[in-house]
Amino acid sequence: MQDPVLSVRNLTVHYIKDKTSVRAVNGISFDLADGETLGLVGETGAGKTTTALSIMRLIPDPPGRIMGGEIYFKGKNILGFNKYALHRMRGRDISMIFQDPMTSLNPVLKVGDQIAEVIRIHKKLSRKGASLEAIKMLEMVGITSDRFNDYPHQFSGGMKQRVIIAISLACNPKVLIADEPTTALDVTIQAQVLEMMGELKRNFNTSMILISHDLGVIAEVCNRVGIMYAGNIVEIGTLEQIYNNAFHPYTKGLFGSLPDLDVETDRLRPIIGLMPDPARLPPGCAFYPRCPERVNACKARSPEARELAQGHWVRCIHASGTGEKL
Amino acid sequence: MSDVILEAKNLKKYFRTPSGMLHAVDDVSFSIVKGRTLGVVGESGCGKSTLGRLVLHLLDLSGGSIFFEGRDITSLSGPEIKEIRQYMQMIFQDPYSSINPRMTVGEIITEPLVIYGRYDSQKERADKVNSLMETVGISQRLINAYPHELDGGRRQRVGIARALALNPKFIVCDEPVSALDVSIRAQILNLMQDLQEEFGLTYIFITHDLSVVKHISDDIVVMYLGKIVEKSPSRELFRSQYHPYTKALLSAIPRAKAGYRKNRIILKGEINSPINPEEKCRFLPRCVHAGECCAKSQPELREVSPGHFVACHYHEIINA
Repeated sequence: MQDPVLSVRNLTVHYIKDKTSVRAVNGISFDLADGETLGLVGETGAGKTTTALSIMRLIPDPPGRIMGGEIYFKGKNILGFNKYALHRMRGRDISMIFQDPMTSLNPVLKVGDQIAEVIRIHKKLSRKGASLEAIKMLEMVGITSDRFNDYPHQFSGGMKQRVIIAISLACNPKVLIADEPTTALDVTIQAQVLEMMGELKRNFNTSMILISHDLGVIAEVCNRVGIMYAGNIVEIGTLEQIYNNAFHPYTKGLFGSLPDLDVETDRLRPIIGLMPDPARLPPGCAFYPRCPERVNACKARSPEARELAQGHWVRCIHASGTGEKL
Repeated sequence: MSDVILEAKNLKKYFRTPSGMLHAVDDVSFSIVKGRTLGVVGESGCGKSTLGRLVLHLLDLSGGSIFFEGRDITSLSGPEIKEIRQYMQMIFQDPYSSINPRMTVGEIITEPLVIYGRYDSQKERADKVNSLMETVGISQRLINAYPHELDGGRRQRVGIARALALNPKFIVCDEPVSALDVSIRAQILNLMQDLQEEFGLTYIFITHDLSVVKHISDDIVVMYLGKIVEKSPSRELFRSQYHPYTKALLSAIPRAKAGYRKNRIILKGEINSPINPEEKCRFLPRCVHAGECCAKSQPELREVSPGHFVACHYHEIINA
């Protein structure tokens, strides 16, 4: 594999409040290869969004604090950037789409100007030139140029998300982080947006991290998938490895919790119990209290990631792979 | 059909807005057999939640009539509504805003029992609350906890316990699992199925999630802009759809499978305005099969196979 575009190593992020520290992300490591789409799946509190915000260096501090680790973008550690370097990076090298299209646009600015803004910041263009670029972007996401001067409230949810996608791709970033980009949208609109994102990504050759709790959406867009639980990736591999050959009991539990449209099932097989409180993570494997395959040794220490097959890594005591890494 | 617990005929609900009449629910009819689940699916703004509220008299009808166990409950006085509500309850979507943050779990579940004067002694009431908590799977130690101390799944269990307190026959569930995580969602769905079996409950299950609705429903109603476009037994609907909207909706569900073969129908545009709709097919602006008739009149529901109804002028041509 060639050098990854983005590489996260042992990232640890805690939120510290009233002397208790909430361990949101605990030593996560992964690579993003050129042009690939990596899906990060997990439930509420798994640390997906915190991971994304750390890459953008948007963790609110306080209470959030990046405790350790490195994030390399093209060989440079983002965690060492000063604020000017971060300004240059955000929106130009790495950009992000947030979950809620209703609140991520400025309600008092025209949408066209909001797209032009990012272009003017990063490219040395005149006001006019930036507007022309912005119109091109609008049309690319399927909005006619006569809506350039409209305000966000005049758009529907799906259209707003298109505007946000236009903003995020306006400077042709290397990496796009999309945090639940279609969660707030209806299924038919979601289908439109996913289709469009896939097409734009191919045209721009953008690498993408797609964060979602929806295994269906992930299956549609991603080449590689990481399953997150309690602030770490418990299993990562290609789409086929995860969807057809899941190993980790949590991954299997997630799939068992989904109603299958093609098979008649009378009962779902949910995972028992609840997500652990990240302020009081159990010692050892964080999934231990809910795991149907647990053994006593799981309590003692958290398992290392082991490679089961090429590129298929699992953090579980039952995995005996070819080696240890990450 | 025998044993119909609820029948709705030509339900209408219009809201007055500054720009005209908003047709939220427009001439919707259906009936539910005791012990079964009717799924109502559709996207935002199709009128599915309004429909659920109409059935329970949480909103006043603009037209139509409702029968519950053969009794006309269309226009009831305040005390009559109170009486009928013991049999008809609701579970809401958002467990964060549908229970009172200033009441404890115990108080929330006790409240309906107090309102309806069930049980004479405190002791009996407390026993009932305990058994309800056990039924829905909330541990006894949480009886004095406040909602903010609970996670979403447990809060939804409190909402379910409250709905069950009066031993209802019929429950409207409005997106009861939409706010929950996948693994918790499965727990709640299983619980609702168990309760249905144990108490012989009848559900209207309103949701936008098609895989959930298929899992839990016996019959399904698909709504678009206040109208029913297709109505069918659940299994039959997932085998064959006749309405172009249903086809697109079902094809749009992202499948959790690697390499799933997609024959996706991508709809043009977005839902149009429900304000002062014209006398034509409401799906017309987004429909790829639209023809002459569609602009002239609204299609009526017609039976295409036993129990399977569709409202489309051209369904025979489309499905030929």
